[in-house]
Amino acid sequence: MLIYILRRFLYAIPILLTVNVLTFILFFVVNSPDDMARLHLGQKHVTQESIEKWKASRGYDKPLLWNINEDGLTKVKKTIFYDHTVKLFFFEFGQSDSGRDIGFDITQRMWPSLAIAVPVLLIGLMVTLTLALIVSFFRATYIDTFGVVICVVMMSVSGLFYIIGGQYLAGKLLRLVPISGYEEGLISIKFVILPVIIGVLSGLGASTRWYRTIFLEEINKDYVRTARAKGLSEAMVMYSHVLRNALIPILTGVVVVLPSLFLGSLITEAFFGIPGLGSYTIEAIQSQDFAIVRSMVFLGSVLYILGLILTDISYTIADPRVRLD
Amino acid sequence: MKKFCFAFCITLFVIATVGCSSPWNDPHPKEDSEEKTFHGSFSERPKHLDPVSSYSENEARFNAQIYEPVVQYHYTKKPYQLVPLTGTELPLASYFDENGKKLGRSADLSEVAFTVYEIEIKKGILFQPHPSFAKNDSGEFIYQDLSEADLEKVNKIGDFVNTGSRELVAEDYVYQIKRLVHPKLHSPIAGFMGKYIMGLSKLADTLRVADSRGELIDLREYEFEGAKATGRYKFEVKIKGKYPQFKYWLAMSFFAPVPWEAEQFYSQKGMKERNLTFDWYPVGTGPFMLTENNPNRRIVLKRNPNYRVEYHPADLEKEKARRLPLVKKALFSLEKESIPEWTKFLQGYYDTSGVLSDSFDQVITFNSRGDSRLAQEMINRGIRLEKAVKPSSSYMGFNMTDPVVGGYSRRAKLLRQAISIAVDYEELLSIFANGRGLAAQGPIPPGIFGYLAGEEGVNKNVYDWIDGEAKRKSEEVAHSLLAEAGYPDGREMGKDGPLTLYYDTVSSGPGSKAVLNWYRKQFKKLGIELVVRATDYNRFQEKIRKGTAQIFSWGWNADYPDPENFLFLLYGPNSKIVSQGENAVNYQNDEYDRLFALMRVSPNGPARQKLINRMVEILREDAPWLWGFHPTAFVLSHGWVSDAKPNLMARNTLKYRGIDTKSRAEMRKKWNKPVIWPVVIVISLLVIFAIPAVFVYRQHQGARIKC
Repeated sequence: MLIYILRRFLYAIPILLTVNVLTFILFFVVNSPDDMARLHLGQKHVTQESIEKWKASRGYDKPLLWNINEDGLTKVKKTIFYDHTVKLFFFEFGQSDSGRDIGFDITQRMWPSLAIAVPVLLIGLMVTLTLALIVSFFRATYIDTFGVVICVVMMSVSGLFYIIGGQYLAGKLLRLVPISGYEEGLISIKFVILPVIIGVLSGLGASTRWYRTIFLEEINKDYVRTARAKGLSEAMVMYSHVLRNALIPILTGVVVVLPSLFLGSLITEAFFGIPGLGSYTIEAIQSQDFAIVRSMVFLGSVLYILGLILTDISYTIADPRVRLD
Repeated sequence: MKKFCFAFCITLFVIATVGCSSPWNDPHPKEDSEEKTFHGSFSERPKHLDPVSSYSENEARFNAQIYEPVVQYHYTKKPYQLVPLTGTELPLASYFDENGKKLGRSADLSEVAFTVYEIEIKKGILFQPHPSFAKNDSGEFIYQDLSEADLEKVNKIGDFVNTGSRELVAEDYVYQIKRLVHPKLHSPIAGFMGKYIMGLSKLADTLRVADSRGELIDLREYEFEGAKATGRYKFEVKIKGKYPQFKYWLAMSFFAPVPWEAEQFYSQKGMKERNLTFDWYPVGTGPFMLTENNPNRRIVLKRNPNYRVEYHPADLEKEKARRLPLVKKALFSLEKESIPEWTKFLQGYYDTSGVLSDSFDQVITFNSRGDSRLAQEMINRGIRLEKAVKPSSSYMGFNMTDPVVGGYSRRAKLLRQAISIAVDYEELLSIFANGRGLAAQGPIPPGIFGYLAGEEGVNKNVYDWIDGEAKRKSEEVAHSLLAEAGYPDGREMGKDGPLTLYYDTVSSGPGSKAVLNWYRKQFKKLGIELVVRATDYNRFQEKIRKGTAQIFSWGWNADYPDPENFLFLLYGPNSKIVSQGENAVNYQNDEYDRLFALMRVSPNGPARQKLINRMVEILREDAPWLWGFHPTAFVLSHGWVSDAKPNLMARNTLKYRGIDTKSRAEMRKKWNKPVIWPVVIVISLLVIFAIPAVFVYRQHQGARIKC
């Protein structure tokens, strides 16, 4: 298995390089270094001299990908791409275009993102699995029909509606929790409780329906009949047998997102004023801060690859028949 | 299961504890809700708090409370008026000829080679406590020679245990002027000021050479003729020729004092990696100091304990004057979305707010004469409304180099004049801005010298003065002008189809569609087809720079309250395509340019007003802009806030704001009683729904056993 994991990590290198090149090209097709300088320096009294100075101070005064004025390897080395990309492979994110240390900001902002994403994932998983098992248990009854209808309704509603509706109801009308904001420490509970409930609710319909389908497929198999014939209680059959055997598709969807949880949710963080990494990325795109954008895209790619590897490993734990060679 | 129940109970206990002491939905820490703390919000994090780079409004609202230039704007007087801040009096300008001979105050512009501003600052002003000043018993700096190891446990400025201070001296102002051209710093006005401050460009070159050689630059070692300290509390600034507007620049943070100790402290290795820079932790002498800068969440200003004794100007003749600043702390929270921000204001968690377009009808009502006033519901809550016309202009520009709408031929002028009549800005303000603005008669907004109200200020090419009111000319007049221009009913003679004009804009979202359709409709009144060319921000800027746009919307906020700051937007040499200046429409008129040169150096008075009147008359005739409107700021404040009147030039007004904390706490409790019964009902319903399911399950289990 170690060789397999090593091989997967080696595969990751060209993938990450390609992601970096694509991000770089897409970003600079839309924004030239001059545009970035103008945006950062403001609109008033900006001279070409100050633009050149800004570019030079941040290394944007070099050619983008290929330096025709140099010889040999320096043709590649003395470029914006080389300067801003190679260090990423050593997780050195450097300074943002507004002068802040990106690594420091990421370590600061990942915690608020995690404070929302982890409970949403865990509680959401617990609730949806339980509901899906219940609905499967009551298959072809009024509870099943009612459950599926509710699920379809819930998955048809936009995520934004849950957020605005939740804020209006819990924050404005009932005045139970702050409508937005964030504080560190134990007091953060009162700020994250609403986004977590909304996060769980907004994903409930689609996930429950999906898991129900998986469980229904399992529930008619021979081993379930055997388990029942042995006299096991229905709860034992559902949780110990059906759930365990349905784990592979569930793990495929869940483990892959685990490492990227701390990247946060773009919309939830913006609406609830949570200073996480989701809002960090959005702000960077709006302010044309390439240093942050490339760092976050790179980080996202690394974590996604890590998630895929973890998923493969989790298969071997869930199903002993799976071998990674 | 037991552990889970225990954790659940603990959570409930915490929430209940928090809930008992303050409203459940209070987003502020308990101590901040009870203390004399001003609660505000910000939607965009400030990019720069270093006074050498900071230029935008959202940065000035923080910097102006921390840094103190030599002059400030009087917080109530209008037209806006400069008064001393750290200076003993207003800067005194002396004029000299090229031989260095002092000239009289009325010296002719051609004689004046340079101007010297002599400035004296007050004695005994102290910088805020800061680690850069901290010294040990032997008088040596504690934190000026730090190693990486020393910084290991440091993440924020408060992690340095010791702080110190020192007296403000004239050299600190001179130091900051030199910083404008520091090769490692990016001052947006460096190039502009290089044209005025003597020797500044030369200093920039010297520093650039030193930097390219890899030398560490200590600005104290570089002398230059443009600014020098002439005593511990006196300094002078030398300006090329005559530039009377320079006194206004002295009120901006670009000219605020910076202590060299702080610059040296922040330039140490390892500081930047911890975000400990001037851009994030300013050091000033003002009434407040920045103690927490988390631009991702909140910014906290606390009262500067070293702030000198200063009393509220309104209390000077009272027996018991209030000492400034009136609040102990100001807490600004990040609010990216307007709905939560507005809700929190209504819940009493923000002390002041603007008025959202979405909630305008809830807040403002109009009387029979069309005047806006606060809605009764808001009055019942003790909310107050303050209105002020902003010193800014929002206009639609014609590119004067364009072959159709540009140029100075009679045909082009008549076309622009006809469009000026057709585009009804009163209607635009009424539909899209809830009447929050004043249709402009020229480039100068109210509150600035040169603006004329009433009949004498009316643009007679667009309006008629009828029954004491300016009435826009009729469409028929516009049609006849258009016909005279050679476009009868909006059709160019000898050509098929309507005249087609192009409007360049960055607005393309669903929110802008209505406005763009409205513009189309206005042009359609004349039979002209307006084609909207939506583009991204960068390409739009490029079009303006290269002069390839035809018609576009643009705006200008005053840097300082002088007519020069608006009239220079149409000064020929400032043309965008010629000099990348601020004349975005590339307007050029010899007479206007000649008058501008005279007006720029004239003191306010009847002679200057006459010059301005003539200049505005030329502009109205040539119509390079549709004069657009001057937006009006609506500021709401709760009854417990004192002195919330907006002053749109003075940014350092936080020190005048007071809070009645007792009244605020009472109102917050009254307005934020939690409503629990719907939650109880929902939980009960879930239990009720679960019962039949449990019953069915048990039945199912029983049935299996029977089998």
